[in-house]
Amino acid sequence: MSEAERATTVEPDVQVELFSQPRFLTGIRGLVTQLARRLGFEEGAAGKISLALDEAICNVINHGYDRRPDGRIWIRIWALEAPRPGLRIVVEDRARMVDPAKIRSRDLDDIRPGGLGVHIIREVMDDVVYEQRDGGGMRLTLVKHLADAVADGKKADS
Amino acid sequence: MRNHSADLEIERERDGDIAILRPRGEIDLGRAPALRAALMDAVRLRPGRLVVDLQYVSYMDSSGVATFVEALQQMRAVHGRLVLCGLQPKVRSIFEIARLDMVFTIVDDTARARAV
Repeated sequence: MSEAERATTVEPDVQVELFSQPRFLTGIRGLVTQLARRLGFEEGAAGKISLALDEAICNVINHGYDRRPDGRIWIRIWALEAPRPGLRIVVEDRARMVDPAKIRSRDLDDIRPGGLGVHIIREVMDDVVYEQRDGGGMRLTLVKHLADAVADGKKADS
Repeated sequence: MRNHSADLEIERERDGDIAILRPRGEIDLGRAPALRAALMDAVRLRPGRLVVDLQYVSYMDSSGVATFVEALQQMRAVHGRLVLCGLQPKVRSIFEIARLDMVFTIVDDTARARAV
């Protein structure tokens, strides 16, 4: 069972609730970047985790709530401990439900504006799981392990 | 000339056939519309070359990238060139993740952007 699939029965370490408004993105990015740095991710990796979360929230705002500013978004974060330290982030909304099988990256050879968010999320994070929530809306679980982030950095340097 | 819109400050410069835009700040879903408006204004004036100096842009998400893809297509439609320069590593990495770093002309600075 992956970290993303493991039931999140333990209370989150950090919890944030926000309205579906783009002006709150910068604060969330700052929070997650700093938290990831504190948990041992190097600057580039922390920035990418924050980018993935930004893209996830943008998708909720744009496609889930259709840019309505009064939707709620819940973000819960867990610091993962040994043997595989890292970060798990869960993003939930009460927006439109989508079949998780239909949430795919688009063909990057088709050069056109938009539709890059899912590709970026999948490229950056180790585990990405979309689910429908029982009470309506969607749940997205994102996991990044410290060891994988280090390996990604070495790959980028080589 | 500087314009402030939705917290995104954009400096505009014109040098003959070259238009230069110099945004400052973070380009995300909330600020991409201001960038889009500035780019579309610049494209409408049909410069031979549109240079966007991103040295003061500390962050960009896919909303910003999508805006540049649109501007690239519009510049190509009027037989002009769009050149990006001064990208900070964090900003460059999103073009790489989206595999668009080979689609755009990306150079180090405005001097090269004028000459490339």
